Amino acid sequence: MSEQKIINFMGQRKIAAGISLILLLLSIGSLAIKGLNFGLDFTGGTLVEVNYSVAEPLQNVRKTLENAGYKGAVVVNFGSDTDVLVRLPHGHSDQLGNEIIQTLSQDVSSEIELRRVEFVGPQVGDELKEQGGLAMLMALGLVMLYVALRFQFKFSVGAVSALIHDVIITLGIFSILQVDFDLTVLAAVLAVIGYSLNDTIVVSDRIRENFRKVRKASPIEIINISLTETLARTLVTSLTTLLVLIALFVFGGELIHGFAMALLIGVFVGTYSSIYVAANVLLAMDLTKEDLIPPQKEGGEVDELP
Amino acid sequence: MLNKTPVWKYLLIAFIVSVGFFYAAPNLYTPDPAVQISGESSATLIDDKALSRVTEALQEAGIEYFGEEIGDKAKNALIRLQHRDDQLHAQSVIQRALGDGYIVALNLASTTPDWLSSWGAEPMKLGLDLSGGVHFLLEVDTQAALAKRMEFYNTGIKRQLREEKIRGFVSLDEQGGFIRGKFKTEELRQQASKKIRSEYPELVREDISGDSGYQLRWTISEAKIKEIEDYAVGQNLTTLRNRVNELGVSEPLVQRQGRNRIVVELPGVQDTAEAKRILGKTANLEFRLEAKLSASSATREEFQYRDERRGTAWLERNVVITGERVANAAAGFDPQTSQPEVNITLDSEGGSMMHRVTRNNIKRRLGVLFIERKSRTRYEINEAGEEVAVRIPYDEKRIISLATIQSALGVRFRITGLDNPAEAAELALLLRAGALAAPMDFVEERTVGPSLGAENIQLGLMSVQIGLTLVAAFMILYYRVFGVIAVVGLAVNMVLLVAMMSLMSATLTLPGIAGVVLTVGMAVDANVLIFARIKEELNNRMSPQQAINSGYERAFVAIMDANLTTLLVAVILYAVGTGPVRGFAVTLSLGIITSMFTAIVGSRALVNLIYGGRKVGKLSI
Repeated sequence: MSEQKIINFMGQRKIAAGISLILLLLSIGSLAIKGLNFGLDFTGGTLVEVNYSVAEPLQNVRKTLENAGYKGAVVVNFGSDTDVLVRLPHGHSDQLGNEIIQTLSQDVSSEIELRRVEFVGPQVGDELKEQGGLAMLMALGLVMLYVALRFQFKFSVGAVSALIHDVIITLGIFSILQVDFDLTVLAAVLAVIGYSLNDTIVVSDRIRENFRKVRKASPIEIINISLTETLARTLVTSLTTLLVLIALFVFGGELIHGFAMALLIGVFVGTYSSIYVAANVLLAMDLTKEDLIPPQKEGGEVDELP
Repeated sequence: MLNKTPVWKYLLIAFIVSVGFFYAAPNLYTPDPAVQISGESSATLIDDKALSRVTEALQEAGIEYFGEEIGDKAKNALIRLQHRDDQLHAQSVIQRALGDGYIVALNLASTTPDWLSSWGAEPMKLGLDLSGGVHFLLEVDTQAALAKRMEFYNTGIKRQLREEKIRGFVSLDEQGGFIRGKFKTEELRQQASKKIRSEYPELVREDISGDSGYQLRWTISEAKIKEIEDYAVGQNLTTLRNRVNELGVSEPLVQRQGRNRIVVELPGVQDTAEAKRILGKTANLEFRLEAKLSASSATREEFQYRDERRGTAWLERNVVITGERVANAAAGFDPQTSQPEVNITLDSEGGSMMHRVTRNNIKRRLGVLFIERKSRTRYEINEAGEEVAVRIPYDEKRIISLATIQSALGVRFRITGLDNPAEAAELALLLRAGALAAPMDFVEERTVGPSLGAENIQLGLMSVQIGLTLVAAFMILYYRVFGVIAVVGLAVNMVLLVAMMSLMSATLTLPGIAGVVLTVGMAVDANVLIFARIKEELNNRMSPQQAINSGYERAFVAIMDANLTTLLVAVILYAVGTGPVRGFAVTLSLGIITSMFTAIVGSRALVNLIYGGRKVGKLSI
């Protein structure tokens, strides 16, 4: 038999656990202190994107708006220096979009084209936050149930730990960098759950198979064998997914940036977590062969009991 | 012999793939920019004469057009344009040439050939973020509908007790949560309770014994509250549909969302102010008798005239009918005075209610209240100590007419006393479009300009192409012949995905495109799992044929588990998400299904075709 060299993944498991812990603490810390930079979808308010035919200095735009009496307007470039994004907190009228365009086009010589207007009422924003949180919890809960039924309870703890690990770190990076967190990013985070799960399941599947097949090996050895066997697949799939995500990030345009970024982070962390987090949890929970052997029929014995 | 696929299976796969190609094909035909013309009322026909007026005007304006055609029963006409930039210009030119009475809307005309469309093959619909347009989310104030209903019960209970000569004092609680009845004796209370129970079984009664005599408390039952809310939202939905039709937008979407929200999507609309004016103008009518001078202040209410110079008038609190009962309304002129007027037709129930009240009150005056939802801004200091503006919606009720009832009114009558023909026309439009059962507020609005939409499509397509190319190149370099097989599978997967989305008439959004891109990345996963397994088995000294067989078999479990869980997440995403997130969930789940088919069934068949049923020395993997 051409023996494949078994990589001793679990030898580094304490270091990996340490790294994960540090990343988690950093993320939770940042989420607690800085919080997420929620986008318009969640905060409510008005957003107007306009395109100037000739680049207009942002100070001028700010001044125009201030003179017209719009307090608290955030004015930034979006993608290019001819695209300007104006964001206002809620409380203004729902006609605001049109008013702003009129105001802006008054004292500028270059032509202004409306790109988009978004108005989100405060009640909608709060609801979306609630729904988003609920979606995430539901996804995690159902996944836990499915894996527990399909595999075994310890696996489901491992898989869900890996998912929570990935979600918290992805959110943490968004919090640290203060990147806009909008609806599409939420969708991406949920997709990360899907992707990372995919990865973890494939690894778990092999661990289960090897626990039943390989004799005379310690759990650590079996997990090392399983991880080595699936390594090629894990890397190839991550690579192809990362390739398309990079294409999306670079060429997909400004609106899809946050989405692509969340997935890039998620796929990266998800690949790492399927190797180290899920398996680590399995070891920590003392997974044994007995856990995976299908229960024997004990009907006969039961009948004989008085 | 191992790895042979039966012929019927090849045929089945070939059939599925060709059906996929067939239904995906319409997406290759880019639609023409077009302008659609229809009459404001269904009586207006678009004939050759009207069409030639349009084409002449277009020629004069130097706009290139082609393929003008009159639609079914001359109800509408479609004119295709050479250049997309001309669309807005063409619209205004045509509107001017035809004059009022016609609706001219921007449109994208399908160029799908007949041999495709006759089999139901149509291209995917583009979401607003790709086509440009307006998206509104409106919230129906169901509380207002409930309050209105409470008033109705209050009046009804009073009338019932009066008719039965059960003496007592009935009043609506200030908060409007319940109706209170006070009676002198227990017997009276019993009688009242019994009478009202038979008349309004949906009311919940509660006896309250206290110092102030024998009391009864009526509230609306939970089931009835839900029914009233559903009715209010349903009625508003119909009304909005009618109003959207008045706007003349091609392929609008008006849909209920959740308990009390309504989504309105108007592709191609640029003038949001106009759209909001028509949609959001929550005008409603109330018909009330003028209060008698002797009436107690509890039964009458003072209102201002819409024309402020005329001062105020006192009307009864009781409402005869509301605008919901209005079936039709048309602007016209009084033949005698040539003053503008609005002719109103009520539904039969409204007619009989109107008749019952007016027949006993001839020579009294009937007032029409025009109710508009407006909002005022108040400044408050929030928790953080900042000043924030709070918008408080309120109903403005103004009298638009107060005329003497000459004879008993029925299903048809008219409102006079309008300032000018324009006002009459607008009032008629709003009434005809149906009245709202409850006021509505805009809680979300998104407008996407046409250039941004076009750019989104272009960028989305480009990233799909680049992503696909990168993945294909990598797979072929890494897995050789098997890589080619995977790439063929991937391409078929894309075609099937597009076909399924077209067939389901799912809407393609920008996050949807992202979903497609993600599917490309993840779709190869199933193949990678299989190929990795085959490589392993080859390393274990298995023969190529056996390696292929066991590779497919053993990878199957992992593929199923991995994809089913991802599907689970996609379904949750669909259930909880709205709008663009749903678009993403749809493409993701369809992508999972199609990729499982191409990876497990499709690529297996190809592998068998190339390697199966013969002696193979070495696999190119």
